[in-house]
Amino acid sequence: MNRRFITFAVPVIVMTGTALTACTAGKESAPALGSQPRASGSAAAALPAATLELWHGFSADSEVKAFEDAIAGFRTKFPQITVKLTKGVQDDQITQAVRGGTAPDVASSFTTDNVAQWCRSGVFQDLTPVIEQDGIDLSVLPEAARAYTEFEGKRCTMPMLADAYGLYYNKALMKGNEPPKTLTELAELAKKLTVRDADGTIKVAGFIPSVQYYENSPAHLGPMVGAKWYNPDGTSAIGSDPAWKRLLQWQKELIDWYGYDKLDKFRKSLGDEWSAEHPFHKGKVAMVLDGEWRNAMIANDAKDLDYGTAPLPVADDRPELYGSGFTAGTVIGVPKGAKHPQHAWELVKYLTTDTKGLVTLSNALRNVPTTKAAMESPELKKDPQFQTFLDIFSHPKTSTLPANVNSVFNQEAFSSFVQAWEKGSVKDLDEGLAGVDKQINDKLKLSGG
Amino acid sequence: MSTVLAAPRAWRRREGLRALVWLSPWLAGFAVFFLYPLAATVYFSFHRYDLFTLEFIGLDNYRYFLSDERALVSIGNTLWLVVFMVPAQVLFALGLAQLVTRLKAGAGLFRTIFYLPSLIPTVAGTVSFVFLLNPATGPVNQLLELVGVTGPDWFGDKDWSKPSLTLLGMWGAGNTMVIFLAALLDVPRHLYEAAALDGAGAWRQFRSITLPTISPVLVFSAVTGVIYALQYFTQAMIAARVASGATDSPGSSFTPGYPETSTLTLPQWLFHAGFRDFSMGYACVLALLLFAASMVFTLILLRRFRAFDREVS
Repeated sequence: MNRRFITFAVPVIVMTGTALTACTAGKESAPALGSQPRASGSAAAALPAATLELWHGFSADSEVKAFEDAIAGFRTKFPQITVKLTKGVQDDQITQAVRGGTAPDVASSFTTDNVAQWCRSGVFQDLTPVIEQDGIDLSVLPEAARAYTEFEGKRCTMPMLADAYGLYYNKALMKGNEPPKTLTELAELAKKLTVRDADGTIKVAGFIPSVQYYENSPAHLGPMVGAKWYNPDGTSAIGSDPAWKRLLQWQKELIDWYGYDKLDKFRKSLGDEWSAEHPFHKGKVAMVLDGEWRNAMIANDAKDLDYGTAPLPVADDRPELYGSGFTAGTVIGVPKGAKHPQHAWELVKYLTTDTKGLVTLSNALRNVPTTKAAMESPELKKDPQFQTFLDIFSHPKTSTLPANVNSVFNQEAFSSFVQAWEKGSVKDLDEGLAGVDKQINDKLKLSGG
Repeated sequence: MSTVLAAPRAWRRREGLRALVWLSPWLAGFAVFFLYPLAATVYFSFHRYDLFTLEFIGLDNYRYFLSDERALVSIGNTLWLVVFMVPAQVLFALGLAQLVTRLKAGAGLFRTIFYLPSLIPTVAGTVSFVFLLNPATGPVNQLLELVGVTGPDWFGDKDWSKPSLTLLGMWGAGNTMVIFLAALLDVPRHLYEAAALDGAGAWRQFRSITLPTISPVLVFSAVTGVIYALQYFTQAMIAARVASGATDSPGSSFTPGYPETSTLTLPQWLFHAGFRDFSMGYACVLALLLFAASMVFTLILLRRFRAFDREVS
C-alpha cells in the first residue's frame, strides 16, 4: 500500500467504475403481448393495478385536454390503471425509446409513414393475437384505415382518428357555380374564377394545382385519378400507371395557363397554412384541397367565411371515383418493451374501438372517427361540411398511401420530380417517371425488398 | 555496468507506464467516442441495418451510393458551399475586420453591429432571412423594386438558393470577424511604419506583413470553415422548409433540398437515410464519405498554407 499502488489503482478503479456504470444500463426483458392476464369481457378487474405511460403527438392545450377527456372513460372502466400522458412526441423519439429499452406502454403517431418500418422491425408489437383473442371485428373499420395500419400481415397499429381529404370552396368566390366533379370542370372553373391585375399578377386564384401548395401532395391528388403507387410485388407503379401521367399533364396544363412564375410568386405571397392567414380564410383562393380539420380552423379563425365542402373532382373517365378521396390518420399501438402490454392493449382497444371515446376525441379535435359505430353515433357533432368528410372516409373507393418501408423516401422522390415537372424542367415525362420508378425500386432492393 | 544501465531503463519503463495510466481516461474517451464509432461505422456500412435487425449485404450500400442521384447532387451542393461560401465568409470577415481597425471613430459601434447577427440563434436567423428575402412580401425585393430592379426568388430559385445561403453565412460572420480583428490588432505597428518608409503601398503591406502575420488565424478560419461547410445542415434545412411552405402531414412529407434539390447537402441526406428511411448501413457509407472529405480538405488546406508561409518568408 504505497505510492505505486495509489498511482496505478486510482485511475484503474475510476475507469472500471465508469465502465461498470455504463454496462449496468442493461434492460430487463419486458413481457410480450398476450403473456399477462387479460380482462375478458366485463371482467375488467382481472387486470392488476398498474401505471401506463402513453406517448402521443398532440401538443396544443385543447388537443391535450381532448385526449385526457377521451381517456376518462377508460379510467372509469379500469380504475386500478393509472394512465400518464406524455405530449408532443415525434416518431423518432418512439423508435429511439424502443431501441434504448425505455419504451412507453402505448405510443401514437400522427403519420402512417413509419408503420411499415415499425411493423417489419418489431418496434410495435403485432396485435393480431389479442385482436383474435378478444374477437374484435376489424370490418368496423373502412378498408383504407385497415390498410395503413398494417404491413405484410402484421397488424402492429390501430387507427385512432382519421383525416379525409376533400374540396373546400368559397361560396362568394364561386359566383353561383356548383363545385366541380371532374378534372376538366375543375380546370375550367379555376380559370373562370381567377382574378388578375392588368399586368397578369394573380389576385385571386381559382385553384392552385401545384404540388408545392400546402396539402396538394401527390399522395393527396392521386385518388382523384385512381392512381396506383405500387405493384403487388412492392415495386413502383408510378411510371407504368397511365393515371399519374394523365394527372400530371392536367396539372401542367393548368399551371402553364397561370404561368409558372406568376403562380409561384402568388403562392409565396400567401399566409401560413396553419395560421388565420390561410389564403382560403382570406378569400385569396376559391377552391382548395384540404383535410377535414380545416372546418375547425375556419370555425376558429374565419367565422364569417361562407364556404362549402365536396368530394374532390375526379378523372373524366373515372366517374365511379367521385365521392372518394385520400385518407390516413393517427395510429396507435403497443411498442416492444412495454412494461404492461396487456394493460396497454386494453387502452389501445378502448381508444380505437370504444364509440364513446372516439366520439369524444372526434368532437374535440374535429377529426374523423374511425369506426362505423362512432361515425353513426348520434353524439357525434355533424354538420353538412363535416359530413362530407365522413362520407369520403367511408367511401369504398377511398384510398390511402399503402404502407411501405421506404414510404418517406418514395414520396420525396416523386414530389421532387413533380416539382421539377411543373416548373418545366422535365423534357420527357415518360422518361422522368421511369427515373422515379428506378429510384424507388433501387431503394426497395437496398431495403431487402 | 549492466546494473547501472538497467536502472534508467526500468525507470523509463515505469515512467512510461505511469504516463500511460494517467493518459488512460483520454485514451478511453478517444477509443469510445472516436475509434469505436469509426469502426462501427465501417462495420455497419456492409450491413442492412434498421436499428433493430442486422444483415450482412457486402458492398450493396456502396453500390447503391453510385446510383443514388440525390446523394450525388448533395455532394455537389456541399462542394459548392466549400468552394464558394467558405472563401466568401472568410474574405468578408477579414474585410470587415480590416474596416473596423481603420475606423477613426465609432469602431466599437460597428464592431457590435457586425457581430450581433452571429448572436442570433441559427433557426431564428434563417427564418428571418427567408422572410426578408421573400420574393412577394419581403422588404428586400420591395426595396429593389423601388429602384427599378426585379429581385430574384432568392430561396425559391435553384440558381439563387445557394448564393442566398452564402449571403446568410456572410451576414453571420461576426465570430470570424472578431478573431480576425484580434489577429490584426496583434500585428506590430512598427512593421507597417518601416514598410511605409520603404515606400510599400497598402496592398504590398497587406500582402507582406498582414497576411503572413495572421496566417495561423487564416488557416484556423479556413479549416473550421470547411469543416463547418461539410457539416452544413440547419440553415439549408430550415431555409428550404420555410421557403417551400411545406409541412409534414399524413401523405405529405417535407422534401429536403427545396428548390429542386439545390439546397440538399450531404449531412441532410445522411440524416435522411439514417433517421427518416432507417437505412443506417447506407447512412454509414455517407458518413464515411463525409469523414474522408473532411480529412482531405483539411490536409489540402494545411499544405497550401504551409506552402504559402514558406513562400512569404
